[in-house]
Amino acid sequence: MPYPLVNGGRWQRCRMGVALFLAATATGLCAAPAPADGDWTMAAKDYANTRFSALKDVNAANVKDLRLAFTFSTGVVRGHEAAPIVAGGTMFIVTPYPNTLWALDLTKPGAPVKWKFEPKPDAGAQGVACCDVVNRGAAYADGRVFITTLDSQTVAVDAASGKELWRAKLGNIDHGETMTMAPVVVKDKVLVGNSGGELGVRGWLTALDAATGRIAWRAWSTGPDKDVLIGPAFKPFYSSDKGTDLGVKTWPPDAWKIGGGNVWAWISYDPQLDLVYYGTGNPGPWNPDQRPGDNKWTSGVFARRPETGEAVWFYQWTPHDLHDYDGVNENVLVDLPIAGAQRKVLLHPDRNGYLYMLDRQTGQVLSADPFVTVTTSSGVDLPTGKLKFNAKTEPRPGEVVRDICPAAPGGKDWQPSAWSPHTRLLYIPHQNLCQDAETYEVSYIAGTPYVGADLKMKPGPGGHRGEFSAWDPVAREKAWSIKEDFPVWSGALATAGDLVFYGTMEGWFKAVDAKTGALLWQFKTGSGIIGQPVSYQGPDGKQYIAVLSGVGGWAGAIVASGLDARDKTAGGGFVNAMKDLPKVTDKGGTLYVFALP
Amino acid sequence: MSSPCLEIRARRHFAAWALLLCATGSSAQQPLLTELRVCSDPDNLPFSHQNGSGFENKIARLVADDLGVPLRHFWLPQRRGFVRKTLGADECDVLIGVPADFERVLATRPYYRSSYVFVTRASDPKPLRSFDDERLPRMRIGVQLVGNDLAATPPGHALVRRGAVEHVVGFTVYGDGPTAERMVDSLAHGQLDAALVWGPQAGYFAQRSSVPIQIAPAVAPPGLRMPFEFDIAMGVRRSDKALRDALNAAIDHRRKDIDAVLADYGVPRTDLASSAQP
Repeated sequence: MPYPLVNGGRWQRCRMGVALFLAATATGLCAAPAPADGDWTMAAKDYANTRFSALKDVNAANVKDLRLAFTFSTGVVRGHEAAPIVAGGTMFIVTPYPNTLWALDLTKPGAPVKWKFEPKPDAGAQGVACCDVVNRGAAYADGRVFITTLDSQTVAVDAASGKELWRAKLGNIDHGETMTMAPVVVKDKVLVGNSGGELGVRGWLTALDAATGRIAWRAWSTGPDKDVLIGPAFKPFYSSDKGTDLGVKTWPPDAWKIGGGNVWAWISYDPQLDLVYYGTGNPGPWNPDQRPGDNKWTSGVFARRPETGEAVWFYQWTPHDLHDYDGVNENVLVDLPIAGAQRKVLLHPDRNGYLYMLDRQTGQVLSADPFVTVTTSSGVDLPTGKLKFNAKTEPRPGEVVRDICPAAPGGKDWQPSAWSPHTRLLYIPHQNLCQDAETYEVSYIAGTPYVGADLKMKPGPGGHRGEFSAWDPVAREKAWSIKEDFPVWSGALATAGDLVFYGTMEGWFKAVDAKTGALLWQFKTGSGIIGQPVSYQGPDGKQYIAVLSGVGGWAGAIVASGLDARDKTAGGGFVNAMKDLPKVTDKGGTLYVFALP
Repeated sequence: MSSPCLEIRARRHFAAWALLLCATGSSAQQPLLTELRVCSDPDNLPFSHQNGSGFENKIARLVADDLGVPLRHFWLPQRRGFVRKTLGADECDVLIGVPADFERVLATRPYYRSSYVFVTRASDPKPLRSFDDERLPRMRIGVQLVGNDLAATPPGHALVRRGAVEHVVGFTVYGDGPTAERMVDSLAHGQLDAALVWGPQAGYFAQRSSVPIQIAPAVAPPGLRMPFEFDIAMGVRRSDKALRDALNAAIDHRRKDIDAVLADYGVPRTDLASSAQP
């Protein structure tokens, strides 16, 4: 059970193991309320979104002996972005569409199937989802497993039996509404958000009663304050976010009604401040000229009360987004010594290329530094919080604009970073991509599928397309980084053994030294890796490392969807940068689990 | 070539049609199809419908008859991955209507050319006909949204260029019924002053509107380097040159019949001397 303890002069609800460990490192990090530290009950491991495992049996000295413990084919060949979830001796894996939920019995040799749950989503959802038919993982809480389905349902399944407890239909695929994110359970509520902004789906975060699936509240990302759940408690730090109904006034009339701002990735929670944090997607489906204004509350971050959903603060990473920079990337909650004082901060590597550090109590930007090559802006003006756009790289109808960096998937897309309180480094899987926007030269015939994409992505400076970087948020610089040929589209995992794990799109699963980035171990899996590695303690007491292999996602759609490599604009222009991927990997979803002998 | 007949199969497996190219002496090569497999959306009027009521359904029938082969459909909604899951998956061989410069296919020669059009109520004494109309920024104008991040239709860009932003109403790709139908309905119900719609859709739903509707081709404002007109052709896999040639021949044979179908559906043409308007 969680219990309060003193750390760094503040009270935090944390588990004992973590508490001792925190005291030793003097780094406030709240991992409550993980039921047992050997488990991995939510995609991000903990509410702080650290993806840090306190297990340390596997370390730099012995990782060379890490070997395969068991594997499992998911039976699905599309992009596998999910994190395996482990609770009470069972592993839960949710596949891409058709979103099959597998339960594997970890107490038995070879982890046989305990049960299989098929939610049977509408097949039509496959043609609606923008970027392959991915799912980012399940969530476990109090004997229930929660998943979202591509056709916009949230389903609760009994963890012991695999029987459906309830399902909530939250959207309509005929209106372009899909769901891909991993739910997060806070108190008695399941938090989920929607996808589909490019099709005019208005974004929201919805809280469902964990016992019944009934909607407790819904916070829209655009529209009047009553829809956005902005009330007297709303105290944004910057004046640009203050005012009435900005979710309406920062748009042309009614444009907000189909304004995007979807919530399709990560949710964090600080139990002590009692605030939920999450990012909103880019403004869609309008072209920028048709939506003058800041387009609130898109491409930003909300802090809300979990009980009521009421907004407490908001900060906009990218006002009036011009480049498809969704603001949904993870917000990692840590406490750090900044300018002589211990601060409760939120670390956020954004698609716009900056690593932000915000005061998570107030929403103030403490620093924002580029972690990739950025040509679309020249920094963040700290007094106003405003991103300084570069007019030269703004898209202009009928003109070719070259070297827009980062490209549409951003400096970093959905793939979550990990934080180690040992090294105090943030481990960021990311891409190094720029794009030429040869805008509007192709056939835009509305109401037909022939909507030619106008982007052609290419490697950024250096010629490599991916990178795995360790970022020191206090020093505000890269500690080390590893260049990868393809975008690093997998999540990161940090462990107390001072190891960091990630996968490449060629299929290599790698362990590197958390302090230096030195490659210590690697294993070639059957397909490219875009999943989220996790670590757990098995019923036998041993530490295991697990990851799903199975290439796809936006970056890997050329393989998972069999896109034509000659069509430079396919896959939203991503195919142009990924032409050689089919030569090095093929599709196929398989779980790989590793342990020491 | 020494062998008298060369059989070209489009795909090694599941090939529903085959071409026999018989090189006998100096006579022309004669393609021989066994079946015309058309990829169609089951519910995308006026283009196609599972009940055969779309104009592409009628044109497919004309072409199949001309080629003397049975017509077969593979139905799939035109969502993401349509080309990949149809032509790409060898489920069918022909898309009846694609832009002639569509990169993903090998196109036949175009068989019609249309444009985006202004759609207004017939009762409108001063219907919107130009992007230079000074009323433009104050008018409630419907535009179709494309469904790709940051992308817009050419008329969308033209409106922005003339400062028409405040009262522009976007219609999304997905919704209850075809986008163009929703736009014409909104116009008929007085919720819009004008709409900019792709010609074939505008012509069809204008014919069926509850109130009389008129359409007129939209011309790009000067300086906007963006097409408002598109040539429409049939599309096959890039490797299917023989089929493309056969379709070209059929289009030539049946040009009059195809023109009649397009006129029947009210498709506004910009490739005819006397434009077929309802």
